[in-house]
Amino acid sequence: MGFPHAIHAREEAVLSRHFGDSNALSLDGWKQRGGYKALEMALGMEPAAIVNVLKESGLRGRGGAGFPTGLKWSFMKPGDGKPHYLCCNADESEPGTFKDREIMRWTPHALIEGCAIGSYAIGAETCFIYIRGEFSEPLRAVGNALGEAYDAGVLGANAMGTGKTVNIYIHKGAGAYICGEETALMNSIEGRRGNPRIKPPFPAVAGLFGQPTTINNVETLAAVPQILVNGAEWYKKFCLSNPKSTGTKLFSVCGNIAKPGNYEVVLGFPFKDFLYEMCGGPLPGRKFKAIVPGGASVPIQTPEEAEATLMDYEGFVAQGSMLGSGGVIVFDDSQCMVKLIGRFARFFAHESCAQCTQCREGTAWVTKILERIEAGGGTMQDLDTLLELSENMTGKTICVLSDSCAAPIVSGIKKFRHEFEAHITGKRCPLRSRSVA
Amino acid sequence: MTPPGGETGSVHSPAHAPHGAAGHSNEESYQPVLLGGVRDELNRILERYPTKMAALLPALWLVQDARGWVSEHSMAEVAQALELTPAYVKGVVTFYTMYHQHPVGRYFVQVCTTSPCMACGAEDTVAALLRHTGCGELGSTSPDGKFTVIEVECLGACGFATPIMINEEFVESVTPDKVSTILAQLR
Ligand SMILES: Cc1cc2nc3c(=O)[nH]c(=O)nc-3n(C[C@H](O)[C@H](O)[C@H](O)COP(=O)(O)O)c2cc1C
Ligand code: SF4
Ligand code: FES
Repeated sequence: MGFPHAIHAREEAVLSRHFGDSNALSLDGWKQRGGYKALEMALGMEPAAIVNVLKESGLRGRGGAGFPTGLKWSFMKPGDGKPHYLCCNADESEPGTFKDREIMRWTPHALIEGCAIGSYAIGAETCFIYIRGEFSEPLRAVGNALGEAYDAGVLGANAMGTGKTVNIYIHKGAGAYICGEETALMNSIEGRRGNPRIKPPFPAVAGLFGQPTTINNVETLAAVPQILVNGAEWYKKFCLSNPKSTGTKLFSVCGNIAKPGNYEVVLGFPFKDFLYEMCGGPLPGRKFKAIVPGGASVPIQTPEEAEATLMDYEGFVAQGSMLGSGGVIVFDDSQCMVKLIGRFARFFAHESCAQCTQCREGTAWVTKILERIEAGGGTMQDLDTLLELSENMTGKTICVLSDSCAAPIVSGIKKFRHEFEAHITGKRCPLRSRSVA
Repeated sequence: MTPPGGETGSVHSPAHAPHGAAGHSNEESYQPVLLGGVRDELNRILERYPTKMAALLPALWLVQDARGWVSEHSMAEVAQALELTPAYVKGVVTFYTMYHQHPVGRYFVQVCTTSPCMACGAEDTVAALLRHTGCGELGSTSPDGKFTVIEVECLGACGFATPIMINEEFVESVTPDKVSTILAQLR
């Protein structure tokens, strides 16, 4: 549902059905809406059987990389004698993305139920939900819901009276985008600086506190109860294009567009209809200029590419970008691409954890160059330098933040080169009256 | 039964303790924070984790909730409680942007200016906030000690441009014309 808008006829509201319904916030309200049936069912199943349902459903991670969830869970070996952990990634800080916030503030029990099922399925007795520190409302909503779930015996040492232990705690972040990277998040829970770790070892082998760990995004885990209750076949049928992309997906839409908000569609939905019909198209008198479809870390699309896209993992790649986090950022013809790309670069420079030279130096350097071009002091040589730096920032670092910084720069110069050149030759931003250089 | 460790770190107190003067401390007069109820809360938090170090972020939140900021003295106190060195604690504090290492205005205002919000006019919202609070520039506190305005990266509410945070609370869709009304409600 396109909260805060009414549900659009072409949406498929599985996760967002109760957005805006404050009666769904409480445990009783959630149970009245079918909640906790899936957990009850799960606790009576073998963990491996749950993992198989997930595998069969085709669910893929909604945090950015699209890794198959059932496969990820199958790396964990319940009963190996070690403590296992589940981490729920609720750090949501990718510019353009605000779907997990909506899930947590309206349907916190959906997330808790998904976390509880996930914990049991991977043999973990403890789950940490890592919520970014700025999310006061989600922190409150999930905190209250957890309190209720413990009081009612849904969680704890005898979860739902089954004798099984499921503990879920919130770990509140403290302002750092990089803590959304899975191993940085684990360091942050351990009380360390949020530096990503070198992999391998992968979290399933040595994750949180050095123990086998699985990490999933909020939206991924919130989908799990629905899949368990309704069956893998039901979920798999949500597919409009590539059979490798199943289910519904929340897309956050922001920027210069008539109706920003969250929209839930079946994967494979035509992006053109999504942008123009569901989200109301451009603002009056404006035209779309550029679309960043998966959060700030993915390549920028031209409107032509966007209009030819089918919205699934493969569809965005086929049109020069990626699905990423599902944060759709729209810029119209009133905007300066050099300025916006420069501001994205500044974001990554600010958020770099600074352990890798290419990232620490690269993000700062490209930011300086982009801001100089925007101010009218750029040269044609700068464009080559930007591309060269971007190449050195890609595929060479501990995590992909560095690559993410390069993605909008490389695609921006490729697809909007004329705007960069206009700044350089005119010695000022062509969209602004003031002349700097 | 309640979860071992109470509800959730520091979510319980949306209203900040008075900032500014009350948060000041000097060498002689430092009053420990981790006493009484705060200490109990820390002990409950410690039960969730297999290591003491893991309680560091929650402990720093407890300090900031009580004092409005995290002083060097508080860092040393936390270090002692969790069997860490003060230098280690400082290293962690400085990594995260939300821990204040100095007292801030009674109302700490954070404005998102990352590209999606910028495209929707965030810079004008910043200018209006600076003008109406009397802060003059980003990061400085207004002469009456009430406001500090800073620019921050994406707040995860991009569809509600421009979101601002006043202490712990979000205000969504802030345009320059709404600024004076929002501030008037605080004064
Ligand atoms: C710099 C960086 C930031 C990330 N931020 C987030 C985030 O805020 N939320 C999230 O779920 N995943 C984020 N990820 C992806 C996670 O590392 C991880 O892949 C994901 O949480 C796995 O969950 P999933 O399989 O359910 O998608 C980030 C990755 C990187 C490299
Ligand atoms: S790529 Fe950047 S953010 Fe990632 S680990 Fe290296 S320095 Fe840190
Ligand atoms: S870009 Fe401003 S809240 Fe995300």
